[in-house]
Amino acid sequence: MKHALTRAALLLCSAGWLVTAGPVLAEETQPEPKPLKLTTTADHTKFKQLQKAFNSGPEVTKACLECHTEAAGQIHRTKHWKWEYLNPETKQTLGKKTIVNNFCISIASNYASCTACHVGYGWKDANFDFKSEENVDCLACHDTTGNYKKPPGFAGNPVVKDTEFPPGSGKIIKGVDLTKIAQKVGKSSRDTCGACHFNGGGGDGVKHGDMDSSLAAPTKDIDVHMDAEGLDFTCATCHKTSSHDVAGSRYTPTAKDAKGAHVRGKPDNGNPATCVACHGNGPHKKEARLNQHATKIACQTCHIPTYARGGIATKMTWDWSTAGQRDAEGKHITKKDAKGRTVYESRKGDFTLAENVKPEYAWFNGNVQYTLLADKIEKSEQRTQINKMGGSPTDGKSMIWPMKVFRGSQPYDPVNKTLITPHTAGNDDTGFWKNLDWDKAIPVGMKDSGAPYSGKFDFIKTEMSWPITHMVAAKDKALGCAECHSKQSRLAGIQGIYIPVRDNNKLLDTVGWAIVFLTLLGVFGHGALRIVTARRH
Amino acid sequence: MSERIYVFKRFERFWHWSQAGLIMFLMLTAFDIHGTYTIFGFEKAVAYHTIAAWSLIGLWVFAIFWHFTTGEWKQYIPTTEKVVAMANYYLFGIFRNAPHPFRLTQLRKHNPLQRLAYLAILICVGPLIWVTGVLYLFYDQWAAWGLGNLSLEWVANGHIAGAFMMLAFLIAHVYLTTAGHTPMAHIKAMITGWEEVD
Repeated sequence: MKHALTRAALLLCSAGWLVTAGPVLAEETQPEPKPLKLTTTADHTKFKQLQKAFNSGPEVTKACLECHTEAAGQIHRTKHWKWEYLNPETKQTLGKKTIVNNFCISIASNYASCTACHVGYGWKDANFDFKSEENVDCLACHDTTGNYKKPPGFAGNPVVKDTEFPPGSGKIIKGVDLTKIAQKVGKSSRDTCGACHFNGGGGDGVKHGDMDSSLAAPTKDIDVHMDAEGLDFTCATCHKTSSHDVAGSRYTPTAKDAKGAHVRGKPDNGNPATCVACHGNGPHKKEARLNQHATKIACQTCHIPTYARGGIATKMTWDWSTAGQRDAEGKHITKKDAKGRTVYESRKGDFTLAENVKPEYAWFNGNVQYTLLADKIEKSEQRTQINKMGGSPTDGKSMIWPMKVFRGSQPYDPVNKTLITPHTAGNDDTGFWKNLDWDKAIPVGMKDSGAPYSGKFDFIKTEMSWPITHMVAAKDKALGCAECHSKQSRLAGIQGIYIPVRDNNKLLDTVGWAIVFLTLLGVFGHGALRIVTARRH
Repeated sequence: MSERIYVFKRFERFWHWSQAGLIMFLMLTAFDIHGTYTIFGFEKAVAYHTIAAWSLIGLWVFAIFWHFTTGEWKQYIPTTEKVVAMANYYLFGIFRNAPHPFRLTQLRKHNPLQRLAYLAILICVGPLIWVTGVLYLFYDQWAAWGLGNLSLEWVANGHIAGAFMMLAFLIAHVYLTTAGHTPMAHIKAMITGWEEVD
């Protein structure tokens, strides 16, 4: 009887669900642009400049600049535009234009593909005009519809008419309606930033580990600040942008923010994207002891227990040396693991991926020294560091930071002893991703980089460190004490500090237990003797 | 013939047993924190250890007050009288059913070896544990107290060394409670206050 009732109730519930869910599901099948949040005083649909058909990105930009006259000039000064950054401390010229990494390696000779993520239009080769105002892409950051797309291969241009790409492939890229998109512009969002930053390294979550599409609408568990049903921060809430220059840097990160919470107008306010910029330097109200911990340990170390927490795996290793294999018919191979994740591609080699990854930890003072194309490297047991993270327990500037350390094997020139920038992307005969021929791909890439190539290549093991700072967990999910205060400490490799339990003195323990044991022995011996002699009397 | 002497007053017995309980709980949590075993786990063990430590400090405030107002502190003044005799008794006499060389009174309720042992605990092990323990608790205040150069490692190791000594004392102490007139005589006395003497 009771069962019958339960079943009936269940049936009623599911029927009700079907009825109510039906129309909702039907609506979801038609992509409607999201409603514009009322965070602006301008309704762009009302602007005459935007009430026309646009056939290209630059046409839209020209319309934008009619009112926002200085916007392009502001963009021109930023890393997002220049892809170039002079590190004032190391004097190294960095930026995507210059550096070599151990993911897709380098943008040289691969512009048309890589610059899909440039805030500009038309950067297809080394001759791009960085002074052009109309080539600034406003929509990449200000689209609110989610429909604006810049496919790789078009040098940062959106596709406005349905286009077969690559030509002859039969794959059609649908054109986007720039007028609709332009009329709905608004503030940047997790989606606009994420379009590129979630997909660094060539796919969702690949590069960073602490940034992937799960942050587009995250739960509180994934990120306590961006929690879509809670605080709902956008990227720009922390990366507070001024004159189009987005705060925060991976080239000169703020490893230790001793200045405390930011007060508006204070002249020495530093990087607004640090935890301290809002929380100050004594945020633990109940446990003052934790504030002491925070003088040596970056907030991120305890508050980001693992990265890649949103269900999207991040790449942990990439071995380029195995790239180039073909199947019996001479075709490219793709291998997947049990979870359906790609672990081998002929174009790229072997990967390993992981979710919920415990970071590695290191002293870090914010100084980052890159291994650039001109730097000499030696093949040895030790991995070549793509970016050497400065830091020590004693320099007074370092904190213990969580890192994603990305390890790989990539081509290098054993004669000139330099890294190599191969030509990978591109629908041409020399692109490695098409023809799998290093001997063709490397000279083209090195020539574009303006670097000498001996004609010989080998593979060298490299590693690259990525300080982990996103995916901040709710406070009850922060690391417990025993994660570090144990013999299997997360900070096992951290030198220069005494960590109770991890650093228990073995000699002291041995002597201590020996004294305790001898006392016990004496006591039992004495007691036994007393019992024996008592019987005799 | 045996007679009964009232040696441990009510407060003294309360002090002894609550201190005994606290010290054993401190021991239990101490080696949990130390990683010897896991009962509460580091985080909770630290919290409990801290609460127990403050409780013991509170108890001591009362105990010290009591000792000075009653004059009982004099019971801890060391003496060399009969020390050798006591040592001889524990080493040999006790096995031959020899008479106990010390006859306790209300004014001398600790035998000479006890006096020495308790005094050693009071002036060596106790201060070592308390000083290092309080420093450990207030690690975040060191700089403010002008102790910025203090080594956490030394403080920690001092505290751990003290804990081992205390554990050894505890074992010996518990055992020696059975070395009275009868095996249970001392323990009974600490519960009821009355000790039977020959």
